[in-house]
Parts: sequence; C-alpha cells; structure tokens
Amino acid sequence: MITMEHVCKSYKIAKRNAGFREACRAFFHREYEAVHALDDVSFSIQDGEMVGYIGPNGAGKSSTIKILSGILTPDGGTVLVDGRVPYRNRMEHVREIGVVFGQRSQLWWDVPVIDSFELLKDIYSVSNIDYKQSLEELTELLSLKELLRSPARQLSLGQRMRCEIAASLLHRPRILFLDEPTIGLDAVSKLAVREFVLKQNKTYGITVILTTHDMQDIEALASRIILIGKGKILLDGTLEDIRRGNENIDETVAELYRSYDI
Amino acid sequence: MKKYLSFFQLRFAMGIQYRAAALAGIATQFFWGFMEIMAFYAFYETGAEAFPMSFEATSTYIWLQQSFFAMFTVWLMENEIFDSIQNGNIAYELCRPVHLYFMWFARNIANRMASALLRCFPIFIVAAFLPKPYGLSAPADFMNFLLFLLTLGLALLVTVAFNLLVYMLSFFTISATGLRMIFVSMVEFFTGAIIPLPFFPEKVRFVLELLPFAAMQNVPLRVYSGSMEEGRMMRAALLQCFWLFVLVGAGLALWRIAEKHVAVQGG
Repeated sequence: MITMEHVCKSYKIAKRNAGFREACRAFFHREYEAVHALDDVSFSIQDGEMVGYIGPNGAGKSSTIKILSGILTPDGGTVLVDGRVPYRNRMEHVREIGVVFGQRSQLWWDVPVIDSFELLKDIYSVSNIDYKQSLEELTELLSLKELLRSPARQLSLGQRMRCEIAASLLHRPRILFLDEPTIGLDAVSKLAVREFVLKQNKTYGITVILTTHDMQDIEALASRIILIGKGKILLDGTLEDIRRGNENIDETVAELYRSYDI
Repeated sequence: MKKYLSFFQLRFAMGIQYRAAALAGIATQFFWGFMEIMAFYAFYETGAEAFPMSFEATSTYIWLQQSFFAMFTVWLMENEIFDSIQNGNIAYELCRPVHLYFMWFARNIANRMASALLRCFPIFIVAAFLPKPYGLSAPADFMNFLLFLLTLGLALLVTVAFNLLVYMLSFFTISATGLRMIFVSMVEFFTGAIIPLPFFPEKVRFVLELLPFAAMQNVPLRVYSGSMEEGRMMRAALLQCFWLFVLVGAGLALWRIAEKHVAVQGG
C-alpha cells in the first residue's frame, strides 16, 4: 500500500531576463524563485491497483514518481510505501520496486542486453532459479529472444523499451512505476507494452503506477486516474468519472485541463 | 560484495571491448615515453651528477609510468558519470539496492585496470628490449617487486578515491567542468606525472611527499627502481593507506549529504 500525505516539494530556480547585461548582473547577484512542484499532495493506492497519473507537462508527475522511488526527498509531509519511508530506507525500498523512466536508459550501451540483465540479477541478488524463470517468461512475453544478444545501442527504440521493461521486472518487484513508458513508440510496440503490463498486473497482482500523456494508455490500463496540475491533486476517480459522455478521450482530457486552468 | 564484483566484471568486459582505443593508447604511450626520455637525455648530457636519479632509473620510471598510464592518471575520469549527474540519468542508478559510492568505486577500478592491462604488456616487452640506459630495467630485487605490486594496488585505490571525491563534489555544482580543471591541473604537477618528485627542490619535495598526490604514482614507480630506502618505502606505503582512508571518508561524507539534498535534473 502506498500513502502520501500532505507532501510538498519545491525547487529553487535561478531566473533572469534576456541579454548580456542581465547575465553580467546575475553573475554577482542571482534571483531565485521557488517553484512548487508538489503542493500538499495526498492520496493512497491499494495493493494490485493500476493507477494512471496524469497531468500536463510540469505538473509534478515525475517529482511524485521520484519521491515514491526514493530518489528525491520531499520538503514536508509523510510518504509510506508498504510501511517504508522511501527516501529514508532507500536501499531496502528499491529492492521491492521496479522503475521504468521512458526517457532514460538503464541498459549498458555497448554490451549485449543480456549482460545488463545478468548484472541486474547480481545487483538485486536474485537466485539462479528465479532469474532463469523470470528471464524465460519475460523473453517469451516481450519477444526478446532475438534482442538479448545485441548491444543496446543497436536496438530500435521500441525494442529497447521492451528490454528496459524486462530489466525492471527481473527481480519481481511488488510495485512498478512506469514514467512515460510508451513515449515515442510505434503502434505495435505500444500495444505490446500495454498488453504486457496488463498481464503482469493480472497474474502477479503487481501494483502499477503509470504516468503518460497518451490517453489510450490510460484507457487500456488504468482503472483509476489521479489528475495533478500545478502541484495539486485535482481529481481522483475512474475514467468514467471524467468522460461524462464525451467519446474521445483526448478531447475529454483537454477539456478537463482547460476547466482546471492548468 | 558479489554485486560489486559482477559490476566490476561487466565494466572490465566493456573496457577490453574497445580495441582501437587500446591500440591508439599504446601508440601514444610509446611516443610520450620516447619524447620524455629524449628530453631527460638532453638534461643528463649537461651534467648527470646534478640529478637525484640515474638516467637508467629515470627511463624505467618513465616506461612504467607509460605502461600503467590508465591506472593512475588522475584526469582519466569517467565522462559518463559526470553526464549522468548533469542530465539526471543517475535516476536509474539511485533506484538500485547498492551503495552508489562503492558501485562507482568498483566501476572506476575496473575501467582503469581493463585499459591498463590491455596496454601495459606491449609497452613492457618493447621497453625491456631497448638498449641499456633507455629501456626498462628489472626491479631492484624480488622484495622491491613485491612491494611494487602492493604499492601499485594502493596507488590505484588512492587515485580512484580521489576521482570519487571529484564526482561527489560535482553533485553540488551545475556543471563539473570548472571542478575538473582545478583538480586536474593541480594533480598532474603534484603527483610527479610531469617531473618525477625526486627532481623537486629539497624543501618543496618534503611537503609534496606528504600530500595525497604523492601517494599515487610516485610511490610504486620509485619502489620498483629501488630509489627509496627500506624505511622510507614502509612509511610511503603507510602514508598511502592513510590518504586512502581520508579520501574515502571524505567521499562517503559528501555522498551522505548529496543523497539527501540532490535534485535529479531534467524531468
């Protein structure tokens, strides 16, 4: 179970006007502005839920994921994931979670994918039997057989993303964070990723928290939606709650963003 | 421990994959070696008695330095690490149940050893067959050779610990370029990479030899040629241990602060 209560996080951003003179002035005197990425965010997620976490760019989605995965310390509020405070017991916490950052890569660029997998096996201390079983299953479900022996740099984005997702699941985490997992993928790869995630949730009851701008992802995967804008939770409900008879999901969401002025 | 070992293994495997880089490295090291020896030859011609080391010992020092170049040249830092700190790719590394400091430690040792192992043997062999004062001579005696291996290992650890200090400091700045410039130019001079430390004036040398920089390449290279008495070798090895301890301690302390205050950059 995941609970966040009154979580706040703000960043200090150096700002200045355009121009050389302004740049020189900023050399001696910087003006900072605090940006509230998260402003009193509270929600809780039960085991086995699939939650779509949506909001426009800069709403605070990634900050939330980073806090939940223990790599960012909030300024205030309490965060509990299965009884652990992620940023305080980071090492124990990350053992139990899997994270996919759609815009970054966790595979070693110049060596075959399988080498990266073997390393992850040792990093997470997965036993040989469990590793073999997970690998076989993931290879089958994500059709990785042909990819494992190629270096990551020579894979297409879709192929690489499938490998990335497999890499995040080798240690059988209880919770999976997907931060824009379908960004830049073609239709076939998107469908494959969605189907796979759905299946993992059904078979293992793995909790999935997904951020995305692709509303079809949400439609296919999330039974529950949390909408965040300007660092505040604006809506927490099901897809049907926001649809209100409008058939096109993209339009629905755009309208929603407009109605909240975010 | 196993995870750090297999991490080491993967980095090592990656390191020995770059064959062209190794060949280029060997060529560069030969070139540098010859150039330096020629320069020192010119100095020795003008009056050998003014120098603290024999020309033979100096040649040996230079060839060893060139063969183990990748092992203790401080400016060979990993751009990937700086990049990951700067652009936020470090997010993935923070999601692993490993201690970041020790993981990077293993990674740096592996990289340095992989490139050193690929490069050192050709240089060794050729340098050993060069005519007498220009080539690599055998170690002073067996004891010196053993001590050489020990201090070589310690020198590698001290160098890597120093690198890690720079990585950790770059958590606190937006760009690491300035930091690297300061450290690199300082270190090159003080380690005896440009001029072996015995060539420095007495008083300067006394201070330099106590600094952590002398605990890097200076010690093993001089132990090998036997240009240090026994007591001083022991003291130098102890000093290496001391600096290793201090540098690792400082690096870990910085990491503890960084871990809590770092904001992963870029979305």
